[in-house]
Amino acid sequence: MGKVNTETNGYTFFFASAMVVVVAATLAFTASSLKEKQDVNIRQEKMQNILSTIGVETTRAEAEILYDQYIVEQISLDGNGDIDQNVDAFTLDLAIETKKPVSEQYFPLFKGVVDEEKYYIIPLRGSGLWDAIWGYIALKEDRKTLKGAVFDHAAETAGLGAEITQPWFMEQFDDEVLFDDNDEFVGIKLTKTNNNPGNTDKFDFEVDAISGATITGDGISDMIIERMQHYLSYFAKLDE
Amino acid sequence: MSKKPSLFFVSKSRKPRPLLSQAERKLLVDPLDDDNPITVQVLGICSALAITVQLRPAVVMAISVVCVMAASNVIISIFRNLIPSRIRIIVQLVVVATMVILVDQILRAFAYDVSKELSIFIGLIITNCIVMGRLEAFALGNGVWRSFLDGVGNALGYGLILIMVAFCRELLGSGNLMGVQVIPDFVYNLGYENNGFMLFSPMALITVGIIIWIQRARNRKLVEEA
Repeated sequence: MGKVNTETNGYTFFFASAMVVVVAATLAFTASSLKEKQDVNIRQEKMQNILSTIGVETTRAEAEILYDQYIVEQISLDGNGDIDQNVDAFTLDLAIETKKPVSEQYFPLFKGVVDEEKYYIIPLRGSGLWDAIWGYIALKEDRKTLKGAVFDHAAETAGLGAEITQPWFMEQFDDEVLFDDNDEFVGIKLTKTNNNPGNTDKFDFEVDAISGATITGDGISDMIIERMQHYLSYFAKLDE
Repeated sequence: MSKKPSLFFVSKSRKPRPLLSQAERKLLVDPLDDDNPITVQVLGICSALAITVQLRPAVVMAISVVCVMAASNVIISIFRNLIPSRIRIIVQLVVVATMVILVDQILRAFAYDVSKELSIFIGLIITNCIVMGRLEAFALGNGVWRSFLDGVGNALGYGLILIMVAFCRELLGSGNLMGVQVIPDFVYNLGYENNGFMLFSPMALITVGIIIWIQRARNRKLVEEA
């Protein structure tokens, strides 16, 4: 084989085009052949997260069976708090929904029953410091007190914002009340001046923020208030 | 057939040769100390600051960088005589980015939990100056086996510092190692406090500085003539 002159324009174009085709084909093939496996992982993780908010801890592999056992109803609400039967709540993607105007959004709600206690699980999505954060909160039957919360993030800083996925942080949300003494909806505040470090006061709606992760923490507060407020009209109908 | 038969390109007529010659061993070992990418060449500092708050991501990052660097060095070395020099940087970038995406996709399908923990760090490998640096400085001008050794060596040298920094930061900053508490409760009861400052990036820089200081005090070869 004679030596190729690699410095001509023609060769440079040829090399670049060939490289792009080969790389694109490799990546497209890998992505499409692995997609099914990845989607199963994501689906199982979602079930695992939802179950975890109502105190059912499970592995990803078992999540599917337990999900059918504990989650009794999945509904999609429109902006007025009415149920729309045509929209599947589980596959509703909040990443897409939250980009729409509020009036066109659908709000998924999951109802679970554990040991005859009824829970309402609300998916959350908001912004952290670098990228999206999301999670689930489970409300107890009074629809005011939290049973539990799960958070996750796309790209928060390890050791700082990323700590929101740690059990010690998520456990702080257990039994917190989203309403103040006058029954006004206030959400949960992540605060550095929490006067109740033990979180023993059950009418407290403050949890300890993480130092070095103020923006991520504020993102969580905002996300809970923004998402939860869309469900209040539906909950009011249930109260009637 | 006059030639002696050969098996897998290894001719039997040649004298058996050690797996690694002196020069090849140097390629592998030098980056660990004398020519360390972080402490001597001062490359890859960005990720040394970003992902050394905890030990676990640092360890997986080190392993991922070894894979990506070895693979990209080998690929660039194979094509070194075919790559047009005017677009060589773009070619290097494409190769590294492809490797990184492949690693990410495979982790997502087969090691989902690890990939969740690392997704952003895996992407950061693309921007790691050491990877591009070795492709440009070594793989473009050397054979496949030597490039492979150079890639593994440099990635290990990088990983070593990463793990040392992460060890100090997680231990002093959170009292944990690999996420497990190692400083016993009674020490805290005696009044010991975790140094929250260790969790911030500047302390990673200072830790790297201290490592460089210790290394130079120990290894006089690195000290420049005044």
